[in-house]
Amino acid sequence: MPSYVDPSKCDGCKGGDKTACMYICPNDLMVLEKTEMRAYNQEPDACWECYSCVKICPQGAIFVRGYDDFVPMGGQVHPMRSADSIMWTVKFRNGNIKRFKFPVRTTAEGAANAYVGQKGASLDDECLLLEGNLPTPK
Amino acid sequence: MALPNKPKGEILAVADPQVVEHDVDILIVGGGMAACGAAFEVKKWAPDDMKIVLVDKAALERSGAVAQGLSAINTYIGSNPIESYVKMVRNDLMGVVREDLIYDCGRHVDESVKLFEEWGLPIWKKDADGENLDGAKPAPTLREGGNPVRTGKWQIMINGESYKCVVAEPAKTALGADNIIERVFIVKLLLDKNKANQIAGAVGFSVRENAVHIFRCKACLVACGGAVNIFRPRSTGEGKGRAWYPVWNAGSTYTMCAQVGATLTMMENRFTPARFKDGYGPVGAWFLLFKAKVQNGLGEFYANSDAVKDELSKFMPYGQSPVTPTCLRNHLMLNELKAGRGPIYMATDVALNAFLEDRRAKGMDEKEVKKFWKHLESEAWEDFLDMSVGQAGLWAGMDIEPEKVGSEIMPTEPYMLGSHSGCCGIWTSGPEESWVPDIQNPSRAHKYKWGYNRMTTVDGLFTAGDGVGASGHKFSSGSHAEGRIAAKQMVKFCRDNASFKPELKQSAKELVDEIYAPVRRYIEFAGASTAADVNPNYCKPAGLMMRLMKATDEYGGGVATYYMTSGKLLNICLDLLRLLREDAEKMAAGDLHELLRCWENYHRIWCVEAHIRHIEFRKESRYPGFYYRSDYPTCDDENWKCFVNSTFNPETKEWKCEKVECVNIIETDPWL
Repeated sequence: MPSYVDPSKCDGCKGGDKTACMYICPNDLMVLEKTEMRAYNQEPDACWECYSCVKICPQGAIFVRGYDDFVPMGGQVHPMRSADSIMWTVKFRNGNIKRFKFPVRTTAEGAANAYVGQKGASLDDECLLLEGNLPTPK
Repeated sequence: MALPNKPKGEILAVADPQVVEHDVDILIVGGGMAACGAAFEVKKWAPDDMKIVLVDKAALERSGAVAQGLSAINTYIGSNPIESYVKMVRNDLMGVVREDLIYDCGRHVDESVKLFEEWGLPIWKKDADGENLDGAKPAPTLREGGNPVRTGKWQIMINGESYKCVVAEPAKTALGADNIIERVFIVKLLLDKNKANQIAGAVGFSVRENAVHIFRCKACLVACGGAVNIFRPRSTGEGKGRAWYPVWNAGSTYTMCAQVGATLTMMENRFTPARFKDGYGPVGAWFLLFKAKVQNGLGEFYANSDAVKDELSKFMPYGQSPVTPTCLRNHLMLNELKAGRGPIYMATDVALNAFLEDRRAKGMDEKEVKKFWKHLESEAWEDFLDMSVGQAGLWAGMDIEPEKVGSEIMPTEPYMLGSHSGCCGIWTSGPEESWVPDIQNPSRAHKYKWGYNRMTTVDGLFTAGDGVGASGHKFSSGSHAEGRIAAKQMVKFCRDNASFKPELKQSAKELVDEIYAPVRRYIEFAGASTAADVNPNYCKPAGLMMRLMKATDEYGGGVATYYMTSGKLLNICLDLLRLLREDAEKMAAGDLHELLRCWENYHRIWCVEAHIRHIEFRKESRYPGFYYRSDYPTCDDENWKCFVNSTFNPETKEWKCEKVECVNIIETDPWL
């Protein structure tokens, strides 16, 4: 189910060095064509349909069309992701639509405690940070 | 139209890249759960002046197997005895596992899960009435004694679309953004010039600019996942991207470690998951949360038949478990398919309607049933939308409503991994504690501990997650915990070897020549043809990958033969792989994306070769349902209840395969 870019919505992330989709794609698929200032998926048959590009695109310009070797045409799954939830719209081939909303995060972005500056006790035992009294097998 | 003889990518490769050299103490290669665990933990133990860098070929926020999200955490021990966890893993993986590593993972994993929740991962809870609450509803946390929604004994449900983002953020904060280098693909590890069997660095290249990065380090964690697109997938067109495991996992972990002499273990193991056909959506929640059953093409729920019980009794003690080992479940399914009783369905309709009937029987009125159904339907769809959106897309395209009709399931093409229900990987030291067996053998390839937990047989080289062999069922949480374990041990290694100054065997020029060879070949020969992809002087990575997958599929026990192979076929496969390895030297790359694909292919070929060599060495069929040897069709505990370890000697370029003793630490009576 490779991603594709709607040219009427994509603004090439305004000519920045890297576009959002190019930044995020785990498989290095999204690239920017600099003459047209539009992004595209350069290797659709290597797309895992992870939707990372769809979720991150600031213009909502990226969609997914089902893999042409087994998905009948007409359906579409599309998300709208905010900082704390994601809303999915599932459009069926027959025109039916279902919507689902799920939480994605319970803390504010950037608020995860990395325990910066906190140090463990002894390098010579097996305890990790916050751990003590590790069990051993009975 | 212009002649198609131009490089395709947007970032063209040049013959002479810039060289960037880095001196660090600890190098973390990879960006998935294990690497994020290491990045979070390492500074808690390291002196402030220690230089630690993480290199990821993608972006930390969405890299690795959890990039898309997950709908469950499959390893959370909770109030279960860790010994039971070890027994479950041991049985699922047909008896041949490192119980020390599994126990060790079990005693650390819950702390990772509690951190995830603290960082913002929504974890489902049971309310006072036993109903499921999504992870954003107010409820006590796991640390406060909150009650997670258990599906199986070990799994808990999450709202996991942003799981990786949530885990990556504190990893990044802990290590410092300046110490994270993204979009650099490390392709080779480098040994020290002066000290034998000691890691001294790594080399890779940027996929964003023409630059080769050379790292010198004292200790290194390699955690780059498993191997995908190594056997011909069932979908060979666009759909080959819809691999079950992340398509960007190219076996880099196994290959890079093996090439510097790290001993591999159980590389004969593979994972061939039975998943929803084509979309490869997860089945775990359907089996465990929704209690769905599989039905053959005749409508029979075959899993509890007498014939099946007889079949399982052939594989004792493994077959007696109330939860049949994953490979044997596949074996039963394959028997149905081979007998012409396919296809196999997940009876989603039967399962969902049973829930509704149950509520009606308890006196729920239709309005309430409808409300309950909305909740149930949402849970069912979330399972796909959290981690396998493509499966949802396939259902949308096929007009599938799971409450009305079942969906086909099918065993996929084989994958190599060490963190899921598979256990191939690298042989590592367990914890330096008295309960870990002290094997009297001079070779690390036979020992269970040599000073630094999760260190490979190469000094200073550590691994975690999919990298650590003979200890599956870590999943996302266990991989994170294992990265944390390795991080602390790397700091200890650096402290104990403070005087070590890494020096590389190869010059920068030699490294650049090797890494950019495909680019130079392209530049030299592209003019010999009017079409860039067809040229007598080179091959392109896309074609070479198809050639690899055809060879393994037809001779190495892929889907083409229902996973059947033999000594004869395996040796043909090894011959084909030798030719592939030679021709891999002739790959050409016109742009940086293609250079990435070239190096992924080198890694794929090597790790599959180790896989085939191990299957050839092990004269039995240890994992019926994952693969079979027609010449040794049974699981032979008498002769083969042992590890197979293999070591490549980087000096002589020779492989050595050997049997290694498998010691039980946890009681074997009762077995489960």
